[in-house]
Amino acid sequence: MRKGYWLYLVPSLLLFLGVIVVPFLMNLGVSFTRWSGVGTPRWVGLDNYVRLLDDERFWLSFQNNVALIVAMAIVPTAIGLVLAAALFDYIGKRFGTRTAAALRAMYYLPQVLPVAVAGVVWGWMLHPSYGAVNQAFGLELDWLGDPDLALATVMAVMVWFQLGYPVVIFMAGLQRVDPAYYEAAELDGASWWRKVWHITVPQIRPEIFVVLLTCTIAALKVFGPIFVLTRGGPGNATMVPSYFSYLNFFQKSNVGYGSAIATVLALIIVVVTFLFLRVQERER
Amino acid sequence: MRGPGRWAVLAALVMLAVVMVFPFLIVALNAVKSPEEYSSEGPLSLPDGLYLQGIADFWNRVDFGEKLVNSLLISGSVAVLAVVLSVLNAYALGIGRVRGRLSILVLFLVANTLPQEALAYPLYYLAKELGLYDTRLSMIIIFTVIQAAFGTYLLSAVLGQFPREILEAAEIDGAGRFRALTRIVVPISRPTLSVLMIFFFIWTWNEFFLPLIFLISNDNQTVPVALGVLQGERYMDATMSSASALLGIVPAVVFFLIFQRTLTRGITVGAVK
Repeated sequence: MRKGYWLYLVPSLLLFLGVIVVPFLMNLGVSFTRWSGVGTPRWVGLDNYVRLLDDERFWLSFQNNVALIVAMAIVPTAIGLVLAAALFDYIGKRFGTRTAAALRAMYYLPQVLPVAVAGVVWGWMLHPSYGAVNQAFGLELDWLGDPDLALATVMAVMVWFQLGYPVVIFMAGLQRVDPAYYEAAELDGASWWRKVWHITVPQIRPEIFVVLLTCTIAALKVFGPIFVLTRGGPGNATMVPSYFSYLNFFQKSNVGYGSAIATVLALIIVVVTFLFLRVQERER
Repeated sequence: MRGPGRWAVLAALVMLAVVMVFPFLIVALNAVKSPEEYSSEGPLSLPDGLYLQGIADFWNRVDFGEKLVNSLLISGSVAVLAVVLSVLNAYALGIGRVRGRLSILVLFLVANTLPQEALAYPLYYLAKELGLYDTRLSMIIIFTVIQAAFGTYLLSAVLGQFPREILEAAEIDGAGRFRALTRIVVPISRPTLSVLMIFFFIWTWNEFFLPLIFLISNDNQTVPVALGVLQGERYMDATMSSASALLGIVPAVVFFLIFQRTLTRGITVGAVK
């Protein structure tokens, strides 16, 4: 009875092999070689990985990655929680659900853009000579060109880009929460912040997990905004692993080294995903 | 909080909304100004009239129509093909419950979380060997597989709940397996499939990393790649830059408005990604 269903998997498994499995294994293999992309790769064992541990740019790129996790996952989740709770049980109740929905849509708007286009928008707004931000506020800051400012600027842009996502997910989750909890808390005279912390947060824990996980992965993979806004510069002020591997692949012809960076990144992402899922499992 | 307090809360939230939308407004405002007007009046003034030359110049310079066609072709093909593959897989995994289904599902899920960076160079190399480098077809094949990995995972769960009685009835009527798929499973799952298709379309439209690597010639570039590469070019003055940003924004917002209902229903589905 069950025989024959296998046939339906054949096209995908073949494509999957060619597009994901084989390239991934090739990447892993190349990471143990020195290779410029042409000619024969030369086996060097763990050399690339040993070199990585000594490479200041590599560590810097992961340090910047942590900063971007703060900007893309932690800050949007925290602000998103407050906003979702405020829209759902404050604005929605006092000014109508339509007001709440309109505000939600406005917060969400940046999320509809391709992230590279978001970069184009801000690249223009932050241009040091003709950018709208400097012109509007009478400033002369080189937002993306000043090594002390560039990372903070990119972080701010990413908060703007990500914020709408948690707001929408959390508001959807809040629909599930039994209003009786809030009524009981109100009778007890609980403040609004206490209600958020003791009712909202525990009730939408699954959504918080999903948002933190997906945004953390997105932050680890971030490439488009860095490419468009700063190309990892000035200096290495905004270098991230993804762009660092791209640089080694396509500009420095250090394909083996680039593959090692990409492999480490893949490993970190798989481990992070696994840890999140474990914690979530234990919560249940 | 009663009385003026609630208005203060509303005001704060509205202010934040204005900050979020501000870049869109200012881009639109300045894309329709002449360069002279921009330099004399600055970015915050309302435009004197509708100056469309900046948009037209940029459009012609990068042949934006061609970029739109490329993006539509790639995203549209991926959306359809990835849904077809997802359905075939989910039919075998969710309804057929073939042996080893759990490990296959885990494989698809891991594939979905892998960063494209760890596939990029071998894909680039293989595409060159096969003569597919710098073709839109290469993007269609690669993204079909990547999106279908997620689609399979999601759809297998959905089809796992598919009412058995309907399929048994069809079997008694002598319908073969393929007929049962096309005549029964697909029509009944149509709402889920259309949400999936829209998501695949938009996700593919938004892709940047692999298209940047693969589509190097102007004729093949997608909208985000063309705009991303041109950002900061020397010939781009203030109004032309805002025109380019506007051309990136408009299709995205149009898709959002068209698909809004399906999307808001499906965003929580997308969160699984």
